[in-house]
Amino acid sequence: MSFPLLTATAALPAVGAVATAAVPAARRTAAKWLALLVSLGTLALAITVLVRFDPGGARYQLTESHSWISDFGVRYELGVDGIGVALIALTAVLIPFIVLAGWHDADPLETGSRRWRPTQGFFALILAVEAMVLISFEATDVFLFYIFFEAMLIPMYFLIGGFGDRAHAQGEQAASTQRSYAAVKFLLYNLVGGLIMLAAVIGLYVVAGNFSLQQIAEARANGSLHMATSTERWLFLGFFFAFAVKAPLWPLHTWLPNAMQESTAPVAVLITAVVDKVGTFAMLRFCLGLFPGASRWATPVILVLALISIVYGALLAVGQRDIKRLVAYASISHFGFIIMGIFAMTSQGQSGATLYMVNHGISTAALMLVAGFLISRRGSRLIADYGGVQKVAPVLAGTFLIGGLATLSLPGLAPFVSEFLVLVGTFTRYPVIGIIATFGIVLAALYTLVLYQRTMTGPVKPEVSAMPDLKVRELLVVGPLIVLLIFLGVYPKPVTNIVNPAVRHTMSDVQKKDPKPEVEAAK
Amino acid sequence: MEKLIALLIAAPLLGAAVLLVGGRRLDRVGHWIGTLLSTASFVFGLLLFADLLGRNAEHRTLTQHLWSWIPVEGFQADVTLRLDQLSMTFVLLITGVGSLIHLYSVGYMEHDERRRRFFGYLNLFLAAMLLLVLADNYLLLYVGWEGVGLASYLLIGFWQHKPSAATAAKKAFLVNRVGDMGLSIAIMLMFTTFGSFAFGPVFGHVGDASQGKLTAIGLMLLLAACGKSAQVPLQSWLGDAMEGPTPVSALIHAATMVTAGVYLIVRSAAVFNAAPDAQLAVTVVGAVTLLFGAIVGCAKDDIKKALAGSTMSQIGYMVLAAGLGPIGYVFAIMHLVTHGFFKAGLFLGAGSVMHGMNDEVDMRKYGGLRKYMPVTFVTFGLGYLAIIGFPGLSGFFSKDKIIEAAFAKGGTEGWILGGAALLGAAITAFYMTRVMLMTFFGEERWKNRPTRSPGAPSAEPAAEHRGEHAEPHPHESPKVMTIPMIVLAVGSVLGGGFFSIGDRFLHWLEPVTGHSEGHSPVSAGEVTAATMVCLVIGVAIAWAQYGRKPVPAVAPRGSLLTRAARRDLLQDDFNHVVLVRGGEHLTRSLVYLDHSLVDGVVNGTAAGFGGLSGRLRRFQNGFARSYAVSMFGGAALLVAATLLMRAV
Repeated sequence: MSFPLLTATAALPAVGAVATAAVPAARRTAAKWLALLVSLGTLALAITVLVRFDPGGARYQLTESHSWISDFGVRYELGVDGIGVALIALTAVLIPFIVLAGWHDADPLETGSRRWRPTQGFFALILAVEAMVLISFEATDVFLFYIFFEAMLIPMYFLIGGFGDRAHAQGEQAASTQRSYAAVKFLLYNLVGGLIMLAAVIGLYVVAGNFSLQQIAEARANGSLHMATSTERWLFLGFFFAFAVKAPLWPLHTWLPNAMQESTAPVAVLITAVVDKVGTFAMLRFCLGLFPGASRWATPVILVLALISIVYGALLAVGQRDIKRLVAYASISHFGFIIMGIFAMTSQGQSGATLYMVNHGISTAALMLVAGFLISRRGSRLIADYGGVQKVAPVLAGTFLIGGLATLSLPGLAPFVSEFLVLVGTFTRYPVIGIIATFGIVLAALYTLVLYQRTMTGPVKPEVSAMPDLKVRELLVVGPLIVLLIFLGVYPKPVTNIVNPAVRHTMSDVQKKDPKPEVEAAK
Repeated sequence: MEKLIALLIAAPLLGAAVLLVGGRRLDRVGHWIGTLLSTASFVFGLLLFADLLGRNAEHRTLTQHLWSWIPVEGFQADVTLRLDQLSMTFVLLITGVGSLIHLYSVGYMEHDERRRRFFGYLNLFLAAMLLLVLADNYLLLYVGWEGVGLASYLLIGFWQHKPSAATAAKKAFLVNRVGDMGLSIAIMLMFTTFGSFAFGPVFGHVGDASQGKLTAIGLMLLLAACGKSAQVPLQSWLGDAMEGPTPVSALIHAATMVTAGVYLIVRSAAVFNAAPDAQLAVTVVGAVTLLFGAIVGCAKDDIKKALAGSTMSQIGYMVLAAGLGPIGYVFAIMHLVTHGFFKAGLFLGAGSVMHGMNDEVDMRKYGGLRKYMPVTFVTFGLGYLAIIGFPGLSGFFSKDKIIEAAFAKGGTEGWILGGAALLGAAITAFYMTRVMLMTFFGEERWKNRPTRSPGAPSAEPAAEHRGEHAEPHPHESPKVMTIPMIVLAVGSVLGGGFFSIGDRFLHWLEPVTGHSEGHSPVSAGEVTAATMVCLVIGVAIAWAQYGRKPVPAVAPRGSLLTRAARRDLLQDDFNHVVLVRGGEHLTRSLVYLDHSLVDGVVNGTAAGFGGLSGRLRRFQNGFARSYAVSMFGGAALLVAATLLMRAV
């Protein structure tokens, strides 16, 4: 038997989490370094996955399969396709930066917290989330996926509620209340979504008799498993609802701004750049893979909801006064693009959506982490409390601008490639929706540039006049992310090469073909 | 030789990277690095030009494939560069004028502590602009298209500590984004129509596409051109863009970037030729803008804003010519090049005047400067003669051809467009004479006038540090600034004649753009005569108003039209009321609704099922620990349910 690479990739951060939590109370710095090393080790394993994966090979590779709960036909089945590999790589790349950016976020000396070993807890929780996210991307057994999809709520809850942002106008007490509200809201929204999904998972088992994604999809394709149209639709809705909460799709989005606003910047990045991606990933893998007919049936409604997300999220971002809420609403708009790309049911749309997940992760991380550095310097999240920062901290302002330009999808940076693919992929089938979504690019420019103008330009406010520029640790976080944004904007081929074959499979799952160009169709 | 094409872009791109990442170490030499790399790009351009000239006219298209950019099923975007006569013309204009302006900026920005960064942005602009004109497909062109937008944003807002500069920069980017939407949609339409957006496949299959699609593509390209080239209705950003340092106004907002829209239309000639409705729209936009810009230019007292109005108007001429189809393409580009010379020269002259006048921009506070700044006066004067179309100078040849071509369109349209172009010529003569007289002739209105009016803040904040509360002492600018002005003045004088003798420019460009003569109802001689009459009328009115009579130091109230023109014909007021105010109300109500309605309804619905909001409230009060209980409760429920299902 070959080395279980996928298990190892997810197990390393899990073991690391336990080890980090076990570091003695006084050795806080050791805990940080341990977490960083574990996350880098996971990155190394993820790169090995990337290298070992053969884009031209079978659909699911590096597979592992063991019987687990044989009574229910639950198996421990792992396997990755190109989409999974891309997202595993994204997760493994981002976690070290999240750890490094949050280096001082849980220090008792700085926070004044008297909690039991907060530093150890903070980093252990981050690693725990990483482990669960990774196994969600790897699982090809529906039940296995479900367990980790739900279980990651627990560490996330503690990260949001226990280590919130300290910057609050009404003082520590108010901050604490707001924080627990945000954490509970996060939990309950996702729990409700999860419970509905659970019902659908059980229903699927009743119909299919097992939980294996591959077996069910195969049986459905060759006709040996018949599913009544209404059953398929109900099951689809159960799955989709949970993923739409996680993604989040309008109107189920309201937990995200609260959660991102109240958590520290690295945790906010963890939510939107990593954890939420499980939702959109699962739409591609489970909704389209298991219920192709129902997916086609629901497409018009989902596209409209995605379109509303795009425009609505962007408009709300324009109206925000809080930097982190602004980024949260921008993310809602971007998730609209991802979902639109998935359900446009074209190769360009789905490749674009996958690429969008990766690029949105990197660009949001860049913008949000710099915003976090900014907020920690001034102790306020309110846009109005800043002004003229570029004069005193030009490097910080410059990196913030690049993060912003990535968010508005400037050509030359990575998000442009994915956004354009999603738009063009939607346009070929649904021109009107494609055109309305294009308004999103104007609105994105509006909220980004207004944010930059109000915080960075103009006369220097006295409160920011002594603000130091980025430190070495902070530059180590932002620099590589910016390099990645430029590299993937100019040369996205390494990612598209991996993703394209997987998208070909998904397209054949849903039995859709790309519309032909008018000139060819005429012939 | 093809290998050199990428170096055209690589040189300034390297400069931008080095200057922007290099840090303070490079402060002392940064400006020379920038100038050197810009000049290097110009030299590569000359080498390639010599190579093209050595080839047969049919074999003057070189392509360089660099790498496969976005390969996705059914969708292929490459990084491929294409050099032909049209892009070669632009390369020489961009790098030539660009290098001169780099040199000028060495002097102009000498006292600015962020001079290194300024040159970094200038180099970034050159790289993006070269990519724009060298791209072999529309998506790669889009990268250059927004790249120049970014450079423009950074440079308009270069003095970011001034709120007006930051606002102007943002406005320019946003208005351009509306245009970019057009380009985006045009590319998507091309993809659905042709399955490609590379020049070759698109132009080659125009014949197979439906008229409706082609018209839509043409209109979307026009929208893009309107944004970038400040054409009505997306022209409002250009006047505000004058907040940027003057060399920026000369390079980006006069000579090169704002002409990108004309390039786009001429490059897409094949599409427009097959879509007459789109062409008509192009000519209408051009004709309206050439009058709009000219009228605005008449009313401005700020020398840079007057010139900005003029730029808008001159680009209107080019767009008009481009909309005329094969009759006008060549002349649109010819006017673009000559305009690049004289308008850049005029802006550099304006900068030189400001440099000697404590950065004052209000022409009512100039006067009689010809004695103090002889080189500036002569070079500016030659640019002035060129733009109004004085016989023998550049503008005479290029503008005259456009007016002829407009008449040659034939029919009522031809008369209307030709008439508009003639009227524009008269107004041009008026407002440029006004600028000339107010600045270099008449009474020295700056004497005994030590303070600037508080109502009109200068575009050049450096003044704030230079103790301008003294009376200005006008003086000539240093050589590093005057030499570029002299070179551009030579171009303004000789360019048009050089291009026109033996129809050199026509023969050079024809293989790319095609050319036809049209059937003009009036002869070339009659058009020239009419243009001369218009010119004389315009100059005479200006002389009567600003030459014979002293210029009042405070602007008179003026007629309704003058007052509207001072406010850019009320476009900003319209935008403010409809878009800014309307948008604010919309976003504010949405923020409210998101909180009260969407959040409330979703929570409420959930409450109906599981008492969500009640629980939320309880948790909020700090019963955080009971969460854990419910979590485990949920897990237990899960297991129980599973077992139950199994039993059933």
